[in-house]
Amino acid sequence: MVHSKPFFAALPKGSKPGKGKTYQAAPGAKNTRAFQIYRWDPDQGGNPRLDTFEVDMDHCGPMVLDALIKIKNEVDPSLTFRRSCREGICGSCAMNIDGKNALACLKPIKDVKGTIKIHPLPHMPVVKDLVPDLSLAYAQLRSIEPWLKTETPPPPDGERLQSREERAKLDGLWECILCFCCSTSCPSYWWNGDRYLGPAVLLAAYRWISDSRDEAKGERLDALKDPFKLFRCHTIFNCTDACPKGLNPAKAIGELKLEILEREG
Amino acid sequence: MSEASDLKIDTRRSFLGRAIGFGSSNTGFSFWWMQRLTSIALLPLTPWLVFNIAALVGQPVTAVHAWVGNPINATLIIATLLCAFHHMHLGIQVVCEDYVHTDISRMILVLFVKAASFLLCIAGIVAVLKMAIGG
Repeated sequence: MVHSKPFFAALPKGSKPGKGKTYQAAPGAKNTRAFQIYRWDPDQGGNPRLDTFEVDMDHCGPMVLDALIKIKNEVDPSLTFRRSCREGICGSCAMNIDGKNALACLKPIKDVKGTIKIHPLPHMPVVKDLVPDLSLAYAQLRSIEPWLKTETPPPPDGERLQSREERAKLDGLWECILCFCCSTSCPSYWWNGDRYLGPAVLLAAYRWISDSRDEAKGERLDALKDPFKLFRCHTIFNCTDACPKGLNPAKAIGELKLEILEREG
Repeated sequence: MSEASDLKIDTRRSFLGRAIGFGSSNTGFSFWWMQRLTSIALLPLTPWLVFNIAALVGQPVTAVHAWVGNPINATLIIATLLCAFHHMHLGIQVVCEDYVHTDISRMILVLFVKAASFLLCIAGIVAVLKMAIGG
């Protein structure tokens, strides 16, 4: 019997954000934008709230992350979010901006009209403010064994070789930075995220299945051939729409299904 | 209405243990493939059936019996019924699995949908055969 989950007909108690505080920009600021940010502190508990910060854009960088850092430095040091590289390669600052998952460091403020609404990645447990708990998603990635698996020992005098064509097949797959913008934009992952692996992990799985040096293709396909792990994808395409690196996880998932079709004959 | 505490998953099982879960059931492919095949088959069959039934509206019963009695028509009607009900029960099962997360309700719903589809399909086939053969 499957692990029981409660059936939610509506948002459970304690999850609906209430109105929060408003922080005005410094007096004299002429060019301001309002940032409405999801706040929740586990130490305080209760419902989350939406705080509004007015930011002086004449003294702020162009990206949403710049505004978040400015707010944290100058207005509210308790505002919590992940960031590291500020150039779209670490995947830390993934969050829901203006209703769409994106990297705050790559999202220009001027692309958003009106108030800039910022929430954590959807449908994940919240650690604090804009920090989601991605532990299960990371474990799902670990479960597909994202490393080269071989029986043949490596050549004693060099690396395992690929042809240029074989290497080209990995383009569009290896660039994933594991920000999980795609998985957390997928309704199938929202409803069955404990069993469906989600687009980020399936893209990684396809990256290793496509690798000419890997010798575990059959075993990898066996592990995915499951009504929930792979086939819970209903080709919604939110993943491809959300990917800040311009990758196409939906196509990779389609290719995985076709690999299984080819094997079944 | 569920309490917020229901959201907390009270487990000491590791995240990897939860991610691996049941492992792979090694099924799911034929389910997915049959959904595609039946939908492709229904693309020509459904308009064909609808168009012909529309043309029979107002005709005497004998004309309807004669049309259904044609072996090609009877074969295609039964093919349409098989594809449509198979496609329907697969589709509704996916909807139940996606949105109903309590095991008992989901299992009862899925079994009900399967039974209803199976019986309705047989009833349709019996009706066609009765008209085609039983006269």
